[in-house]
Amino acid sequence: MSAARGAVLDRDAQDGSRMNADARLSVEQVSYAYSPNPSQAPIFTLEATSFQAKPGEIVAVLGPNASGKSTVLKLIAGALQPLSGRILFNGMETHLMEPRLRAKRMAMVQQESQLLFPARVWEFVLQGRHPHGKSLRFENEQDVAIAKNALLQVGADHLTDRWMDQISGGEKQRVILARALAQQPGLLLLDEPTLHLDIGAQVDFLHTLKKLTLANKYVVVIVTHELNLAGEYADQIVLMQKGKCLRVGTPANVYQRDLLEQVFQTQLTVESRVNGRPRVSVLEKSE
Amino acid sequence: MQPLTLSKVAVRCGILALILFVVVVIALKFGAVPVSLYGLAKDLIGVLIGRSSEISSEYGMIVREIRLPRIAMGIFVGASLSVAGTSFQALLRNPLADPYVLGVSYGASVGSILALIIEPHIALRPEVATVFTPLGGFLGAILTITVVFLLGRYRGEIDNRTLLLSGVIAGMFLSAIIALLITMLPSSSTRGMTVWLMGDLSTPMSPILGWVLRTGFFAGFALIYLTASDLNLLLAGEKEAMHLGVDVRKVRFVVYLAASALTGLAVSVSGSIGYVGLLVPHMMRLIFGTDYRMLLPAAAFGGAIAVVIADTAARTIAAPSELPVGAVTAIVGAPLFIYLLRRRLA
Repeated sequence: MSAARGAVLDRDAQDGSRMNADARLSVEQVSYAYSPNPSQAPIFTLEATSFQAKPGEIVAVLGPNASGKSTVLKLIAGALQPLSGRILFNGMETHLMEPRLRAKRMAMVQQESQLLFPARVWEFVLQGRHPHGKSLRFENEQDVAIAKNALLQVGADHLTDRWMDQISGGEKQRVILARALAQQPGLLLLDEPTLHLDIGAQVDFLHTLKKLTLANKYVVVIVTHELNLAGEYADQIVLMQKGKCLRVGTPANVYQRDLLEQVFQTQLTVESRVNGRPRVSVLEKSE
Repeated sequence: MQPLTLSKVAVRCGILALILFVVVVIALKFGAVPVSLYGLAKDLIGVLIGRSSEISSEYGMIVREIRLPRIAMGIFVGASLSVAGTSFQALLRNPLADPYVLGVSYGASVGSILALIIEPHIALRPEVATVFTPLGGFLGAILTITVVFLLGRYRGEIDNRTLLLSGVIAGMFLSAIIALLITMLPSSSTRGMTVWLMGDLSTPMSPILGWVLRTGFFAGFALIYLTASDLNLLLAGEKEAMHLGVDVRKVRFVVYLAASALTGLAVSVSGSIGYVGLLVPHMMRLIFGTDYRMLLPAAAFGGAIAVVIADTAARTIAAPSELPVGAVTAIVGAPLFIYLLRRRLA
């Protein structure tokens, strides 16, 4: 029994290392059209979008509301099927992956999920072990160890026994991140993770994310409209507007004043900071 | 951090089984003919461990032929309804979902009655004829839950209040249909309006039907229990469950089918006993928490215990006349439902 379990552990470990070794996300000429009714013209279209990301890299998909950035994330997550083009992670098309395999390869951090019944923090984080379990999926010591480690990594181990509905927004976002880490994914997808956080909690959260990305060699795709946070923490920016991918590149390359002004429909200035990262200030609207 | 283990579930189920046994012994004692509690328990244990097949002859006939089958029926009907309610609550993400409140029980009644009406007109082999009524109940149940589900959606999302209201309206509509159909039932049918609308365990069922009820329950329960950890995640929402590796469409399909089958089976032998699928899971959640791997078996035992107690009360409160068991569950259940509803809306 213990030998068999050891073998499983080994295989899991190999799985993990192999996955991180060539885990590359490749979005190739992906387009999508959404229409509520098949006979009608689509009310939203995403035009061909391409970018690539390698382990240890954070990609920020940036744009105003209705620019198609969430659609890009759903396509990567395999929740939507591209109209054309393809999205490869680890050499496999994401929307063709079997659900459990997909949940082992990638994890999604969404804005706060609403719980129907109260749950403890540790119960919530253990949910991340679900795709790794067999049949009835009673968690074993290994699952518990991984969940504990995930909480430790996001700096939320002191919350373990608290109730999910009794912790702050920033704490909750860390716990949701911990659950994603417990899935032991190669790819982390984050949908506006800092939306409801105050500025201190936002910086804390992204700092933790950056650290973990480098340490665990995740590929990270984060959807946001926080220009400065994206400029500070992302390695690559994918700038979107009205379903078009306008530019892909480093923050310094993408953050051009006239381009951002046109996309976000406001007057702003862009300055370069000592660390080479751009800093955007929105100007008062002249009447 | 102490996750649920299989042995924890087994121990708790053992305790619940013991409580069920005690309740069964007490239920066997009550009735028109007095029976000694001690002698009964001793005899029953003897039978259970296979040492003897004897129940003391003074009351053996009454206990074995009349009370025991009725209690057995109560056990499986209660367990089926309670497990069905627990499952619907996860699928619809609504803790107030229950086969009765959602009108599914009435749908199963309509299906069963239709089967009873049609049966004499088509030549069926006896084995097929036995499962014809439960099959009708199942089809009625699945049709109703589909319609209520579609009506309960608002802008593509399930809306809790719309859903409950649709269920209640569907129930009213279907009970009118039941009243209409009853008049078309062959006169040989022993079950009247009260049974189908309120639920009642007094009509004995044939041994084959008893076997169908038991087998159906175990099969349905097993199917649902295999998805228990998926249901835990479905409670957090379908998108979230998908991202955690749940094959949402498959789980939803299997559980809808199995829960409807459990409802159809139960209703086809006992009529629509209300609120069991609502109150029992709720109480079990308070005691054991919300993990479906524990909640589902607890709900099965709890449902069995609740219906056997309710039926014993129905037999004895107004003795020598009997109440339908559904009257007892409704008297307890309806006020509690209102209480839970108000607390949720607050």
